[in-house]
Amino acid sequence: MQLNLALAQIATKLGDVRSNLEKHLDYIKEAKAQKADLIVFPELSLTGYVLQDLVATVAHRPEDDDPVFGPLFKASQNLDIVVGFVDEDARHRFYIASAYLSGGKVLHIHHKVYLPTYALFDEGRFFSRGDSIRAFDTRFGRVGMLICEDFWHASPPYLLWMDGADILLLSSASPGRGVNRHDKLESAWWVENVNQSYANLFTSYVAHSNRVGYEDGLVFWGGATVFDPKGERIAHGPYFEEALTMASLDLNQIRRVRARLPLVRDERADLVHKELGRILSK
Amino acid sequence: MNIDLTINTDLARKILAGFIQSEITRVGYTRAVINLSGGLDSAVSCALAVEAIGAENVLALRLPYKSSSPDSLEHAQWVIDQFKVQSETIEITDMVEPLFRLDPEMSKSRRGNIMARARMIFLYDQSEVFKGLPVGTSNKTEILLGYTTMWGDMASAVNPIGDLYKTQVRQLAHALKIPQPIIDKPPSADLWAGQTDEGELGFTYEEVDRLLYLLVDRRYMREDCIKAGFQESFVDKVIERIRRSQFKRMMPPIAKLSNRTIGYDFLYLRDWGT
Repeated sequence: MQLNLALAQIATKLGDVRSNLEKHLDYIKEAKAQKADLIVFPELSLTGYVLQDLVATVAHRPEDDDPVFGPLFKASQNLDIVVGFVDEDARHRFYIASAYLSGGKVLHIHHKVYLPTYALFDEGRFFSRGDSIRAFDTRFGRVGMLICEDFWHASPPYLLWMDGADILLLSSASPGRGVNRHDKLESAWWVENVNQSYANLFTSYVAHSNRVGYEDGLVFWGGATVFDPKGERIAHGPYFEEALTMASLDLNQIRRVRARLPLVRDERADLVHKELGRILSK
Repeated sequence: MNIDLTINTDLARKILAGFIQSEITRVGYTRAVINLSGGLDSAVSCALAVEAIGAENVLALRLPYKSSSPDSLEHAQWVIDQFKVQSETIEITDMVEPLFRLDPEMSKSRRGNIMARARMIFLYDQSEVFKGLPVGTSNKTEILLGYTTMWGDMASAVNPIGDLYKTQVRQLAHALKIPQPIIDKPPSADLWAGQTDEGELGFTYEEVDRLLYLLVDRRYMREDCIKAGFQESFVDKVIERIRRSQFKRMMPPIAKLSNRTIGYDFLYLRDWGT
């Protein structure tokens, strides 16, 4: 089985959801023209990243009558869509969220679990933390979604793997940092390394969609990637520029790699559980 | 100890040109204005602005005082000619002399501050005339040391080189093909004859950039820097300079009275809505 994946590394207008929605619809149209089955947008793709006091004004609920999600639901009749947005729950808590839309419905929503609140980051001041990490079934198999800082920690990808995800869809709004003697930003180097490692360690597909553009002095570096279950990079978007990066995922590759390298079979989650129980009970 | 301040200049150029372009267009402008002193920093900012928005959209201002070094004026002209930017030359002498005459005892530093602020006035005035955004020329070293005049040479709407130490600006200057004599000459604000940055500061950029990199970028403690081989008195002097000049790096604090106060809990980026 083949999955034609489109990674949309877009620049967004900070706080202008309507305008960002228009761009989403354009990219979705283009992805469809290129025969994509699934398009993945970056973290907070509908709103922009450094929202601060804009958080409450850009929040949307993924419901049929929502003016932003309505058109996206409609578009998801043609291909599956992952979008980044600010979700607001019934108690008016705000989350950095990714929604997986398919066939006019929400299949899954992930709330960012790790909110970086250090150095240039201040997410914990403005957002609530998500409290679940779940894989879910799609027409391409079982999938897991994580947002940026979630995969700077090793446990969320591991949990998704144990929950049956064979495809990890990662999204970021990663501000570039660390210009040194090398030809790649330190932050880009780090993210690409861990993505490749996850693909290797979990013998799974790992796709990453990262935004581009500037917000004040921050630059977002793009560079979408897809690593196959052998850890080989099968797609790489340009740095710093808007692009729609296409990748063709041969899903049978998962079976072939795991027949040779049965890390899933041999993984002892019960042992992890037991030892974590011991460690946490100290 | 190996302290490596090398930057990949291709990467830095790409990010900084994109930054200038983004910040200028987002406020509805298409053009830039820069005070070109004849020195390294403003030459680099000017070259980056040209990369970002094209030479025809960049206005370089030469703003000499009667005692300014003729070299400064000539070096600025080299940059104008090489990068083919638009230019204006306006003497600030008639503007600042009446102020100097008010106090015959006026110190060099007061006179220097007045000149730096006079140049700021022309920069912002020409910004209005040319419809260009004022592009800054302050580097990370001088911002951290507070070696700058508030509302003077520090004033700008967007600063592409404020996260580069002086020695890194020099690397970028090489890559941008800034004329070699501009890169090689001793840095100077040229506010009085014979003034040099390193003479006034009491240390070289080469030395202080290495120390600042450890203190700021690598978060070394005072003792770690001394262990790394820096002289104790030098480390203390630099730490104190950074602390004492913090006010220059901030907007004036507003006294909080209400429940929502600008600067504390009214938080939006400048790029809000764009």
